[in-house]
Amino acid sequence: MAKSTENRSLTFSSFVFHLHPPKVHAETLRFTLSFGLGGMAATLVVLLLVTGLLQLLSYSPQIDQAYLSIQQMYQPGGLGGFIRNCHYWAGNLLVVITFFHFLRVFLTTAFTGPRRYNWIVGLALFLLVVFANFTGYLMPWDQLAYWAVTIFTSMLSYIPVIGSELMTLLRGGQEVGSETLATFYAIHTGIIPVLMVVLLLYHFWMVRKAGGLIKQENTRGVAPARIATHPHLVAREVAVVCLILSIILLFSAVIDAPLGAEANPGQSPNPAKAAWYFMGLQELLLHLYPSFAICVVPLLVLFFFIRLPFGVKETPAKGVWFGGRKGALNAAISGIAGTGLTFFTVLIDDTFLIRKGSSQLSWLWRGLVPTIGCCLILVLLYFILVRIRKCSAGEAQIGVVSCFLCGAASLTVIGIWLRGAEMALVW
Amino acid sequence: MKLSKKTTGRSKSTGTGRRNLMVRFWHVLVALASFELLWVAGSLLKSRRVNRDKAQGSSHLIAAGNVNQFKPGEVKGIPQGGFYLVCQEDGSFLALSKTCTHLGCTVPWNKEKQQFTCPCHGSTFDSTGLVMAAPATRPLDYYPLKIENGEIWVDIAVPVKRDAFASFQIGRS
Ligand code: HEM
Ligand code: FES
Repeated sequence: MAKSTENRSLTFSSFVFHLHPPKVHAETLRFTLSFGLGGMAATLVVLLLVTGLLQLLSYSPQIDQAYLSIQQMYQPGGLGGFIRNCHYWAGNLLVVITFFHFLRVFLTTAFTGPRRYNWIVGLALFLLVVFANFTGYLMPWDQLAYWAVTIFTSMLSYIPVIGSELMTLLRGGQEVGSETLATFYAIHTGIIPVLMVVLLLYHFWMVRKAGGLIKQENTRGVAPARIATHPHLVAREVAVVCLILSIILLFSAVIDAPLGAEANPGQSPNPAKAAWYFMGLQELLLHLYPSFAICVVPLLVLFFFIRLPFGVKETPAKGVWFGGRKGALNAAISGIAGTGLTFFTVLIDDTFLIRKGSSQLSWLWRGLVPTIGCCLILVLLYFILVRIRKCSAGEAQIGVVSCFLCGAASLTVIGIWLRGAEMALVW
Repeated sequence: MKLSKKTTGRSKSTGTGRRNLMVRFWHVLVALASFELLWVAGSLLKSRRVNRDKAQGSSHLIAAGNVNQFKPGEVKGIPQGGFYLVCQEDGSFLALSKTCTHLGCTVPWNKEKQQFTCPCHGSTFDSTGLVMAAPATRPLDYYPLKIENGEIWVDIAVPVKRDAFASFQIGRS
């Protein structure tokens, strides 16, 4: 490609300029607009690809060897353990960072207009990130892995019509076994990385096509200042990359990724908990009729977030966190309400209702009624914000989402820290 | 976008109409291709499953012991079969799957409380496998068994799903 030496020295910057325009709006470089979260996530994805490829050389995907091969990575003098630690911690951090990136895009109203299709691509990326973490979780074939995958694949069987077929397909039979590991290995090391890279390139291209990051509404009538991408944006990106890499590498040098006892199909650990990012869902499973917790509620949530950019005509101020002070206050109040309500409901259900056993009408009283109840609470909140606090539709939407997310976060906290043996509440 | 097209005087030209058609055609093509890919993936997975199901089908009946090894009211785990053998008060036998019908954890037998309690989401079952506490919605599966000359034979090929307790699920000597 490069004909002269001058051209060759430009290869790096021409790559940079494929992803970036030559000039960017000065105001979008503000660290407190994006917190560099998208860049951090991208860095972690690259680190995961590299450490993942390296692990292909030390890991054996057979049920009688997987666990041993992981243990052997930690032999003294080897680097295998360090690589695994990097992969593990980067994967977990990616879930957190992607979630915060999602929050920042939502809270700075950067998901409407020309950005709405990128919002959907983003949602797909978020699902991929979670699913990648989850399929990776099975690889060590330890107790955590075995039971997490048993529970997850059983969850699929509650999906109406295609559920049990889907479950046996993924398991490669009626029970979790060597075919299950083989299937998940293919998904984790082949299908997900390819989909992820393709979607990410599309994601970056759409950011560029929308004219870069979100800007505030131009009221002064002066053309906004534009500055050269190189060095202003590139220097900032390099700083973010170095920051996140150094955090992961240092952390992995000190703290080993966990590895439980080897998988034992005859005995579930007590309590058997899912990976932390699924604990909200597991908590929901304790309270709701299975097909509601597994199918109806997640689909409703997904549908809600996909619809989000297409619903509201009147958005809060763009490029401003929470659309301003009033929005921030709304979000705080709604969030506290969501947290309080969730803790209260869980406590009531655990002390009075859960031990009633199951009846023919469980799907109604433990499924439909609570689901509709939660939706009604969110709708009620919306009208309170619009009528009483005189919010615009967009501002009220921030409140509703805040209430929902704080509720989900509370479920996760309860699941992780407040559940003991046999999933009883402990303080 | 639309506005600028109108001002250049190319509004409603057949060109854009044809282009829309092309775009739609393109979308349909992509959808078809994705569907086909999914279908291929599914059928590949299925062929893998068929292999295993065949291998599994080979073991059927296993001996779980003799009737006079059990006292009425006793519940005993049979490790090589992955099930519990329940000797009921009237001396009849029931083979219960160890797999929780909620999401598939292995349920341990709690002798003091005379019940099965699942460690994963807390479902409880009584000694005949019926649900005592949610979230499970179905009783524990059972395996068909028969008793010949005092020997208990359990068919562990497939656990049988059920909605209630019925007398054909048990075996008598
Ligand atoms: C693997 C996960 C992801 C990576 C690596 C990633 C990467 C990026 C990067 C580098 C940017 C540029 C600006 C910034 O740093 O914020 C960006 C912007 C954006 N992302 Fe993501 N992203 C991911 C997931 C998501 C998710 C989950 C969503 C939302 C559902 C999302 C929606 C958006 C949108 C709408 C923009 C444009 C924001 C604006 O114009 O201000 N992305 N992403
Ligand atoms: S798997 Fe037994 S209660 Fe959920």
